[in-house]
Amino acid sequence: MTLLKIDDLKVEFPGRLDTFVAVENIHLELEPGEIYGLVGESGAGKSTIGNAVIDLLEPPGRVAEGHIALDGSAIENLPYEKMRAIRGRRIGMIFQDPLTSLNPLYTVEDQLVETIQTHLDLNEVEATARAIELLDQVGIPEPEVRVKHYPHQFSGGMRQRVVIALALCGEPELIVADEPTTALDVSIQAQILDLIRSLCKQRQVGMVIITHDMGVIADITDNVAVMYRGKIVEKGPTTKILSAPEHPYTKSLISAVPRADLRLDRFPMVNYIEGPEPERSDFDVSTHWLGQAQNFGKSTDGTLVRVESLTMKFVTERSIFPSRRKLFTAVDNVSFEIRDGETFGLVGESGSGKSTVARSIAGLYRPVAGSIHFAGGELTAIKDEKELRPYRQQMQMIFQDPFSSLNSRMRVLDIVAEPIRFHKLASSRAEVVEIVEDLLEHVGLGRAAAKRFPHEFSGGQRQRISIARALATRPRFLICDEPTSALDVSIQAQILNLLKDLQDELGLTMLFISHDLPVIRQMCDRVAVMRNGKICEIAETEQLFEAPGHDYTRHLLELMPKLENLSREGLQVADDEAARHSQ
Amino acid sequence: MSITTTARALDLLQRAVNSDIYHSFRSSKMVMVAAVVSAVMIIGATFSPILAPHNTLDLASISLIDSLTPPVWMEDGDSRFLLGTDDQGRDMLSAIMHGARVSLFVGFASVLFAMVLGVSLGLISGYAGGFLDSFIMRAAEIQLSFPAILIALLIDGIFRGALDAKTHDELAVYVMILAIGLSFWVQYARTVRSSTLVEKGKEYVEAARVTGLPPFLIVFRHILPNVTGPLLVIATINLALAIITEATLSFLGVGVPPTEPSLGTLIRIGNDFLFSGEWWITIFPGVALAVLVLAVNLLGDWLRDALNPKLR
Repeated sequence: MTLLKIDDLKVEFPGRLDTFVAVENIHLELEPGEIYGLVGESGAGKSTIGNAVIDLLEPPGRVAEGHIALDGSAIENLPYEKMRAIRGRRIGMIFQDPLTSLNPLYTVEDQLVETIQTHLDLNEVEATARAIELLDQVGIPEPEVRVKHYPHQFSGGMRQRVVIALALCGEPELIVADEPTTALDVSIQAQILDLIRSLCKQRQVGMVIITHDMGVIADITDNVAVMYRGKIVEKGPTTKILSAPEHPYTKSLISAVPRADLRLDRFPMVNYIEGPEPERSDFDVSTHWLGQAQNFGKSTDGTLVRVESLTMKFVTERSIFPSRRKLFTAVDNVSFEIRDGETFGLVGESGSGKSTVARSIAGLYRPVAGSIHFAGGELTAIKDEKELRPYRQQMQMIFQDPFSSLNSRMRVLDIVAEPIRFHKLASSRAEVVEIVEDLLEHVGLGRAAAKRFPHEFSGGQRQRISIARALATRPRFLICDEPTSALDVSIQAQILNLLKDLQDELGLTMLFISHDLPVIRQMCDRVAVMRNGKICEIAETEQLFEAPGHDYTRHLLELMPKLENLSREGLQVADDEAARHSQ
Repeated sequence: MSITTTARALDLLQRAVNSDIYHSFRSSKMVMVAAVVSAVMIIGATFSPILAPHNTLDLASISLIDSLTPPVWMEDGDSRFLLGTDDQGRDMLSAIMHGARVSLFVGFASVLFAMVLGVSLGLISGYAGGFLDSFIMRAAEIQLSFPAILIALLIDGIFRGALDAKTHDELAVYVMILAIGLSFWVQYARTVRSSTLVEKGKEYVEAARVTGLPPFLIVFRHILPNVTGPLLVIATINLALAIITEATLSFLGVGVPPTEPSLGTLIRIGNDFLFSGEWWITIFPGVALAVLVLAVNLLGDWLRDALNPKLR
């Protein structure tokens, strides 16, 4: 018997001016105990399907056509009370962010018991026993003790386990999981995926798992549907889709996934999504403004940045008495060097202090101890802001979130021109405009972009604007703080390609921060692995991946999603292209 | 050139008509009525020297013979005086128009003053943090614990003591603006400070810091434009409050001088005649004040809801 059958589903959001069709022509079938993956990029409509199944579409969204059948009976557009009896009892839901899906004011016991008693006919004592049993099943140690705790007393991974327990309360036949591991670190992601898979198989629960991450799909799903712009473009057994994709979108999606197993010069075939990879002007950089970098403090020993025993602490509890203050050590005695022209990677889990290191180098934080040397000058010794300016001009930063890193009230022209005007790098207004337009064209946006506002651009395009702004001071050193972690994979591939090209043309030195090991492998020459504010290991990238020297590095490498079966089809194209380029 | 300008203006008009704000405006009759009423009253008051039937400020033109004439539809009514006259023989309609002009001027000017002061202090407080922040915010909290009218009375009192009577009368309107402005800055400062704290942590501000921009440029070029959203709403609601405060002060006799009567002054003058049967001297300015404040308040409330996507 088919557990979930979606037949010709169409979901639309009627607006005042026009009706937006979120998904249409959706057909899916799911058996008990099967894990079905829905994969696609943001805006593809995968969450909409999940929400339609559990009837949580944001108003005014509605199921316009088609049927959703659970165990043979139709459940689309049911009256609220009837749907309430199904929701939680027969269909469970796991949300993305474990921080917000638990109520911080109630203990885990309160929340579990309430849910259990809503769905099952059990008294207080039985329900509590059941809650403890569930916590045990989702792998929480000492469930009798932990059940009395509040959500904030659990770590992110443990919290997501509680959320899973909550979804299991009503003993549902079907669970919809919307990006269940996206908010978690890799090490925790692997554990949670293991747990989800074993629970599904044991209890014969069907699961729809919604994700943008090919790694998750490869790890746990039996079948997968690839979504693109509200339609399913390809579906079938996961192994088949990943090893022999047929639709061009699936192919380009797979080839855009950064590989941990081999290093490529450029990401191939990423043209399907945001239209073709934009044309970039190829003017001769050496004669252009952009290429005429000033001869500023050339280092003699080939080292551009030297960080010596950098320590950074933040006050967590204030007091007027220094002895009563509580400090959190974010970065602890970190030293490394970045050579001229290389890309130096910093990798680690969230909270490991990698962003703090970057911000200290960029001058956003003043370190508590240690020194930072840049191009022969000791930045930490300079107290006067005016004296720092020439150094600041030489280093620029690209931020993680393309939506908050641009001032939404300024035109792109003014955003990119601001550093040029401030450092007086151009002699006239007209020259500034000319330079900005050249820059925008050079990062693949086109000259017309200058007159528009940031909100008119997509995430990937906005990141290009950020890059143009960073280049506007003609820097020699670029700090990239997770520049692509907020972007879809295909756009990530385009942005990484752009960064690589720019580095080659302009001879930039880069500090590249990421939590994503495959991206690090594609981008960096040398890598430092950070944990709890300390550096575990610094090594050449290839050496780090082939023969990690530190236990923690080995641990991180083991946790990477296994993607051995991925199609190499797209990569062959890349090899051909590479061959063409080298001729 | 002119063709492109026209095309651009048309495009802008098209966008304005299609915008959600315009739609929400059109879908509420009450808001439309409030907008029309406010517009009529503001225009009537602003252009009162041209539009008003009599010049009540010119003492030579008024005659005691016309004093205490009732409105035109009553028995002894006079067609020259639509809403009747006061004890000096001044036409009430013209007096209300002139009075509303003074009231609106004081209202707008004091809101502007409070806004400039509050926004600057809020930005400094939020961006600088530390001691300066504590100092400004504690001062704001102390002031909040007094009623606004008391602060205004206090400031007016100080000026009365410091200036001689003649100079004070000449400067009365500006003293009023200062007094009301100083009693309303706190709300702006607190709103702007909290938005500044949010904006300060955003990456575009960090990008500006990495470029090396000095703090005042970051604050005024980057943060200020991003915290102005809620200000318009507070300003509209405060405009009504400021007009009422001015009217109250004038009613108490400490506001603008009787030679330049505002709506509050008119109500106070009429108050003396309320029990002797000449009700129109106080009721019409009172109604005008109530309608003006109500219309502006309704607009402010609507604007707050229309600009807040969560309430839509």
